[in-house]
Amino acid sequence: MLKLDIFLSALANGLMTGAVYALISLGLTLVYGVLHIINFAHGATLTAAMFAVLIAHTVFGLDPYLAVFVLTPLFFALGYGVQRFVINPASHGNDSNILLVTLGLSIIIENALLAGFRSDTRSIDVPYGFSVVEVGNLFLSVPKLVAFVASFVVALLLWLLLAHTDTGKAIRAVAKEKTGAALSGVNVDHIYAVTFGLGAACLAIAACLLMPTFLVNPRIGNAFVLVAFTIVVLGGMGSIAGALVGGLIIGVVESLSGLYFGESLGQIGIFLIFILVLLFRPTGLFGAKA
Amino acid sequence: MTSINRRTILRGAAATGALIAAPGLVRAQAPAIKIGILQPVTGALAQDGEYGRLGAEIALNEINAAGGIKSMGGARLQMVFGDARSNPEGGTSEVERMQGEGVAAIVGGFASPIVLASSQAASRYDIPYICDVGVSDQIVGRGLKNTFRFGPGFGNVTSTAIENLVKLNDAAGKAAKTVVIVHEDGLFGAGMAKLLQTQLPPRGFEILETIAHPTPSRDMSNVALRIRALNPDLVIPSSYYAEFVLLSRTMQQQRIRPKGIYAILNGAASNFRFVKEFPDAANLVMDCNHWADPRKPKTAQVKALAEQGGRFWLYNTPLNYSCVLLLADAIERAGSADRGKITEALAASTFSDHIMPYGPTKFVNGQNMGAAPVNTQVQNGDIKVIFPSEFADAKAVFPAV
Repeated sequence: MLKLDIFLSALANGLMTGAVYALISLGLTLVYGVLHIINFAHGATLTAAMFAVLIAHTVFGLDPYLAVFVLTPLFFALGYGVQRFVINPASHGNDSNILLVTLGLSIIIENALLAGFRSDTRSIDVPYGFSVVEVGNLFLSVPKLVAFVASFVVALLLWLLLAHTDTGKAIRAVAKEKTGAALSGVNVDHIYAVTFGLGAACLAIAACLLMPTFLVNPRIGNAFVLVAFTIVVLGGMGSIAGALVGGLIIGVVESLSGLYFGESLGQIGIFLIFILVLLFRPTGLFGAKA
Repeated sequence: MTSINRRTILRGAAATGALIAAPGLVRAQAPAIKIGILQPVTGALAQDGEYGRLGAEIALNEINAAGGIKSMGGARLQMVFGDARSNPEGGTSEVERMQGEGVAAIVGGFASPIVLASSQAASRYDIPYICDVGVSDQIVGRGLKNTFRFGPGFGNVTSTAIENLVKLNDAAGKAAKTVVIVHEDGLFGAGMAKLLQTQLPPRGFEILETIAHPTPSRDMSNVALRIRALNPDLVIPSSYYAEFVLLSRTMQQQRIRPKGIYAILNGAASNFRFVKEFPDAANLVMDCNHWADPRKPKTAQVKALAEQGGRFWLYNTPLNYSCVLLLADAIERAGSADRGKITEALAASTFSDHIMPYGPTKFVNGQNMGAAPVNTQVQNGDIKVIFPSEFADAKAVFPAV
């Protein structure tokens, strides 16, 4: 059997990776909670954000951790604009159309990236990419630790925004009762777009946290979006706390099953959980009753 | 001051046009022979593909500069490049395109799955196919008349590697007893692992575990953790470039220091880019792999050309360089661009003017019997040959700790 410190290392790795998964899921679950649709362009947006980090680093020499301050507002604006001026007009007020429009957008984004960057797998090399912090017998990767802490900070900020600001109240109002919110003077179109913008901004932050240790190619978002979808289902559709806890659980499951069943089968645990949750607790851990 | 007007531009354009057209006019009598160069230059294996293409380009330029194919009136060789996109489907679709363009032969493929699929596709049109690297022994075991492999297959490489490993270990007083095998889970790595599992135990090595990983892998933490838990004397990795770099850096990060890392046909362990970019992670890594013959004077010339513009010296370049020369020699002797005649000439080849440590070429069922790997070790930022002893330029440092 494996020694305890190996198990703990894998556990720590899983928690740290899981936090980034949670961050990616936050955007997905938020958009679902408010607009009641799955944003199929989520994975492609993440890929686009990762390429943006790559360009910021290779062309402008901007460190990924500094790029976060440029890319987060940029992607918020992009998300806002795309929802307000493309998705919303194209959906003609019918929610199921939004699904198709986001699917179409994901195809456009992925293929545009493929045309622009070809299918090469790229990564960036930063001096701290392989630095470690020693905690007892554990060597924790610095970029992963940064990602872990940053993910929690973002989740906290998002929660504060939703709980204590007027925009947050409006978002929650629209999520609960769209018509009622509109009658009380909330601009529903604006709130939809803000929600989409927040989702895209979360992805931009996730991309900046991922790139120091990760690789990017035009299809990389798909790998994450499947995991994120599982997390959203596990945590409960639309629940922020659910996304956070779900992300950590999935990260740990992936890491431990990778350790015990081998890298090639590492993702099996995730999809087993997905099926089990759908069978036995379709509302998820924190989900409201349907 | 002179001003640029329409007339100046026209004059310049005419002169440029004449310059470009001139060589074409001189050589117009012999039609060019199209040679398909197939390499993965996008996707996970893009780096290997680029360096393979480089070798082929150097050879084609050299042949054309020396007057082309003399038995065909100085016919020039013209490259038809195909990007295999790092997967078998990409390889076969490029073979179809090359068939459409009427190539006389195809050189390259790099990875075993690409070579297997594309040589099969080429065989339908009887296009002679010279495999540059692909080491899976299925490549030459299928009875395809069109397929030739100039380099060694992994049966040969593995037995040489094991032979040399035993020599190395005996010289160090049997320092290594336990082994962990790390391999990519495709045709190349999995086949290698299977061979090692049967061949290492009879020679006194205990295999603690065989760890598979996919290509591309984004994280090698779990593999490194398992190695740390098992604490083997020796790690034997068979992976492509990116994954081995990731693994060796993660091992360095996790302070995992086995007595030796003995790679077999590894994508990074005898790659100067790895050595230059991550000297600490690379130091003392050993590899049994393709390597150009340092005794041949032409090797240094090709190396100098290859390293222009900050590029690195990878085995892909001398192998592809040699494969294209081998093909040109066959066309020269065939005196024709006819595919059947080139295939016959290749089968009868005794070509020895290449830069690999192989001796004269002799194909048996498509496999070059003289092909042999070389053992290298990264020592203080350089890649040294440690076996065979005929041209070794350093003594192996083993055990490393």
